[in-house]
Amino acid sequence: MKLNSDVKMVPVPSHSIIPERDSGKPVVLEANHLGIQFGGLKAVDDFNLTIGRTEIAGLIGPNGAGKTTVFNLLTKVYQPTTGTVLLDGKDTAGMSVVDANRMGIARTFQNIRLFDKMTVEDNIRIGLHNQVRYGMLPGILRLPSYWQGEKKQHQRAMELLHIFNMEDLADVRAGSLPYGAQRRLEILRALATNPKLLLLDEPAAGMNPTETEELMRTIARIRDEFQIAILLIEHDMSLVMGVCEGICVLNFGRVIAKGTAEQIQNDPVVIEAYLGKQQEEA
Amino acid sequence: MKKFWKKGGSFLLPFLLVIAAYIMCQIMISGKTMSRSLQGQLIPICAYIVMALSLNLVVGISGELSLGHAGFMSVGAFTGAVVSGLMLKGWGVEDTLLRLICAIIAGGCMAGIVGVLIGIPVLRLRGDYLAIVTLAFGEIIRNILNCVYISVENGRLFFGFNNPGLPGTILLNGPQGAVKVAKIATFEVGFVLVLFTLFVILNLVHSRSGRAIMAIRDNRIAAETTGIPVTKYKMMAFVTSAALAGMAGALFGLNFSTFAASKFKFDTSINILVFVVLGGIGNMTGSIIAATALTILPEVLRAFSTYRMLVYAIVLIAVMLLTNNRQVKSFIGVVKEKVRLLFNKTPHQPKGKEAEGK
Repeated sequence: MKLNSDVKMVPVPSHSIIPERDSGKPVVLEANHLGIQFGGLKAVDDFNLTIGRTEIAGLIGPNGAGKTTVFNLLTKVYQPTTGTVLLDGKDTAGMSVVDANRMGIARTFQNIRLFDKMTVEDNIRIGLHNQVRYGMLPGILRLPSYWQGEKKQHQRAMELLHIFNMEDLADVRAGSLPYGAQRRLEILRALATNPKLLLLDEPAAGMNPTETEELMRTIARIRDEFQIAILLIEHDMSLVMGVCEGICVLNFGRVIAKGTAEQIQNDPVVIEAYLGKQQEEA
Repeated sequence: MKKFWKKGGSFLLPFLLVIAAYIMCQIMISGKTMSRSLQGQLIPICAYIVMALSLNLVVGISGELSLGHAGFMSVGAFTGAVVSGLMLKGWGVEDTLLRLICAIIAGGCMAGIVGVLIGIPVLRLRGDYLAIVTLAFGEIIRNILNCVYISVENGRLFFGFNNPGLPGTILLNGPQGAVKVAKIATFEVGFVLVLFTLFVILNLVHSRSGRAIMAIRDNRIAAETTGIPVTKYKMMAFVTSAALAGMAGALFGLNFSTFAASKFKFDTSINILVFVVLGGIGNMTGSIIAATALTILPEVLRAFSTYRMLVYAIVLIAVMLLTNNRQVKSFIGVVKEKVRLLFNKTPHQPKGKEAEGK
């Protein structure tokens, strides 16, 4: 299945490519010469990536290439040792994880991090924390703003749960959901924070081919409905090639190739990174 | 209606329990069937329930182990004693109820302020380190209070630190603690304070702020990436808890004619923690029951005279083992399910079906 076949990619000044339809708008994310060093190890080095306003981008690479480290750099879990991240044109230097989220970047985790003891709905309500606000005192005294806020949160939560048809599970404990549903809930919680850029860390891990295909359609649907950009890390190539418009290949902390699905599939450097060097035929 | 019982039931249960216990106590007092020693325990029981509930907010809801809770109680008790003394001796306010209420509010505010000051350094730490540092702060508070002298003359307060020579009527007398405290605490006010505490804590837990606090407890990293400022909400839980403990302290202190800081030692903190753990971490109803039972227990065990505290310890161990026993747990589960069936004809059904019936 392919959802991205008619997308034309155009180059941008920062040596990256974005879909043609986004070329008139300001880009959502721009990482320039991003790098981080742990002791003597350069986990990520000279990482450049530009993501268009409504692009679905992929970040792939062999195990240990530094993909999750890039996510941690973009979401400010780590502060980069070199380079800058511009989110919506604003420099994120010195910002905290919370600030980055408020600026419009949301993510899911490779090893699911839900609030296990709470219900599905409460997990999403926590995602809505900065969207539907009321203070501590109205909460304790049950003032009108509490009831309005709770009602609004409930409505928004149900709307979000509807995306994956999970309304029936609203009162179930998040920790007792099956694996696939937990992954979907994590995506919804991230969406609840009203992001401009959604980072998905291996969203299809542990899903069967049917579920993966469904997820692929959902990712495209989320982009269309919310008009946001999505960057995903994934090992399932059918998903990456099927839904990602621009793909960035990482190996040993460096970008080794960038391009559309077709360009990547035929790039000898990428093939070498995944399969090893082809022996020269005599 | 069904939904009300399902959602509101767990919310209302502790309130109903407290009100029922209060009515029962009043009947017993008017019927003169309550022993004198138990009657004397009623106000401390109320204070300890509030202490246990407020500590449960930090330990159970916020997920941080605090070992200095008695420190906040002592701040509240001493502030309460000073405020009540100042109102009586300085301003000539005779009305005991008004003085008691003002003392409780002042005690809560003061403990809240101390909570903020201690929270700033303490909440940077996590887990075991936080526990040890709160323990240290509890001791620091007690030692400082041991050196404070306060007296009142002509409606003005005089402060002295390690300096006993103050004019007028002495209110705080250093290591002797609060002297000439009028015994003005009443069981009724204690009962209202317990209800107030329950109201604050349960409403907080079931609100936006409470969910943020629990989110940090369950998964700090996920909470941060979801945009929840960790320090702010940890502080909120800590300070609310400290303020409530201060109120309990004021009630507790004003039940004596004199008390010293040594009443709020480390073992008081541990005792309160025992209430919380025994009642179930995060379980408010459990905290109430445990605080009541364990405050009465030493009195009941007077028959064992010298072996009293030994039996107390054995009872504690037995209860802990029993409540963590798998068979006992499943038995409790069965009983709960039966109770639910009484109110709700259908056991656990998915919510979608219920919505149709509405």
